[in-house]
Amino acid sequence: MPLTTARRAKRRGPRRFTSRDLAVIGVLLGIPVLLDLALVWGPTLASIGLSFTSWDGIGDLHWVGFDNYRNLFTEYPPFWPAVRNNLLWVAFLGLVATPFGLLLAVLLDKGVRFSRFYQSTLYMPVVLSLAIVGFIAQLVFSRDQGALNAILGDKSHPVDWIGDPDLNIWMVLLAAAWRHTGYVMILYLAGLKSVDPSLKEAAAIDGASETQSFFRVVLPTLRPVNVIVGVITVIEALRAFDIVYAINHGRNGLELLSVLVTDNIIGEASRIGFGSAIAVVLLTVSLGFIVTYLVQELRGEKKG
Amino acid sequence: MITDIRPAPAPATGTVSGPGTRRVRPGRLGLHAFLMTVSLAFLAPLLLAVYASLRPYEETAKYGYFSLPRHLSFDYYKQAFTDSGMGKYFLNSILIAVPGVLLTLFLASFVAFSVTRLKMRGGLVLLMVFTAGNLLPQQVIVTPLYVLFTKIELPYWMSDSMTMYDSYWAVIAVQVAFQVGFCVFVLANFMRTLPIEIIEAAVVDGAGVWTRYWRITLPLCRPALAALATLQFTWMYNDFLWALVFISDGDKLPVTSALNNLRGQFFTDYNLLAAGSVLVALPTVLVFLLLQRHFIAGLTLGANKG
Repeated sequence: MPLTTARRAKRRGPRRFTSRDLAVIGVLLGIPVLLDLALVWGPTLASIGLSFTSWDGIGDLHWVGFDNYRNLFTEYPPFWPAVRNNLLWVAFLGLVATPFGLLLAVLLDKGVRFSRFYQSTLYMPVVLSLAIVGFIAQLVFSRDQGALNAILGDKSHPVDWIGDPDLNIWMVLLAAAWRHTGYVMILYLAGLKSVDPSLKEAAAIDGASETQSFFRVVLPTLRPVNVIVGVITVIEALRAFDIVYAINHGRNGLELLSVLVTDNIIGEASRIGFGSAIAVVLLTVSLGFIVTYLVQELRGEKKG
Repeated sequence: MITDIRPAPAPATGTVSGPGTRRVRPGRLGLHAFLMTVSLAFLAPLLLAVYASLRPYEETAKYGYFSLPRHLSFDYYKQAFTDSGMGKYFLNSILIAVPGVLLTLFLASFVAFSVTRLKMRGGLVLLMVFTAGNLLPQQVIVTPLYVLFTKIELPYWMSDSMTMYDSYWAVIAVQVAFQVGFCVFVLANFMRTLPIEIIEAAVVDGAGVWTRYWRITLPLCRPALAALATLQFTWMYNDFLWALVFISDGDKLPVTSALNNLRGQFFTDYNLLAAGSVLVALPTVLVFLLLQRHFIAGLTLGANKG
């Protein structure tokens, strides 16, 4: 061994890695990069390409330019409701579920008794599949048999929570928030536990109120958690699919972009070109958020 | 070894387990009332599902789900196992999720390690490519993948369909490729909180890249890896889109996607569906309840270990 150590020591100046190091890096970095390019980014580019064709999955590719997009924006009725619902989803999770999860984390962080019980209960929905959340939502919100109408007790004019196209999206959002809140809570709770208590003490000595010290001192130190929570919130909202699919296949007020893509591609119609155009719209919306986050990350990188 | 004697970095002071028990204030009572109400509200839908699954359909159709029981039985559970063979589907889920999680964590931790610890050029770009890839909605990539998998041929011992389509390889590969992005993101954030001095000391001692990764960095990441393993297992187990699109043989479906069949066959019987949902949910709930101490402790201790 002393021999190799000596040789490595000599090499340290000009070359940082031995050939064995380079082999390890090449294989272990190469595999995930190739996987990512072949199975994520490649197909993304392919989707963009297909969106300019009228491909039906079998015949030849026909270039149709922006026809699919023109149809989508002007002649496809479920498109704009789907866009609206996706944006509602982002807003509801971001403005209601996430702050609520943060609130619960802050309350639990005060060291209350039975904290473990509260944590487990609040986190429980997170481990459920979204499809199951959709099924359970039907047990609660069903018009004739549902638990909610039984509690409200209005037998003469029962509200159709799931069937009413103006109302059902909010019920579905509640179900989605049910699952999202616990996730946010556990992430913030972990973050809060790792905040140096002397920071809060110093703020208290300086005369800051509890609220002030939380927003001015504690929350800024949670930046990494904030970023993760933000990313998760957006991912969940744009991927939303399973809940509405489990309830009514995403129709009648529950249209989502993801459902429209699936309908056009996997459905009998097999309008792959048109479906890809919807996928590209979804991609564009996501990229807007993604780029915002990455820019933020970069800034944090430079500061840190 | 001299480096170890230096004072620990600032966050290490956070290990103090709270400023001791505080005095009990009346405000605590209101706090408990609030937390208890929210907890029960969160638990209620789950209990309702369990309750509905134990009752015959005729009864709930007549009196609603929120009513006193007249008959309680496990008949729907028996039906779910005998009629739709859920045991087989559970095995399929394990065959996908376990290799998926292990591969994802192994590959992602090395990417995170090389991005944060090797000072390579382009590391940041790599991190962005992975993170952004994971943020893409599944529907953006599903069609080209479908076409791709039907074109890739595999020998019979790997896939009885002779193509990557309709085999676990397709589902596992996509799960790994997709989830590596998220794990790289989390692990890179976590590794940055580890003191760089440990790695520098190892470099001085002549440790190669593999040693620095496997022997020095990974053990420190155990809490983050445990947390991610729990998350990834539930995600891969719960995902039903990939299997639905890439697997055509009904016998190969994982249990979450198979639940959809239960729905097709017995479209009106929501009580059977409730029983199926409870069965599908059970493993993830159990995994969570058994591992939650490590999970929460891991995330909590994360920043303070060093």
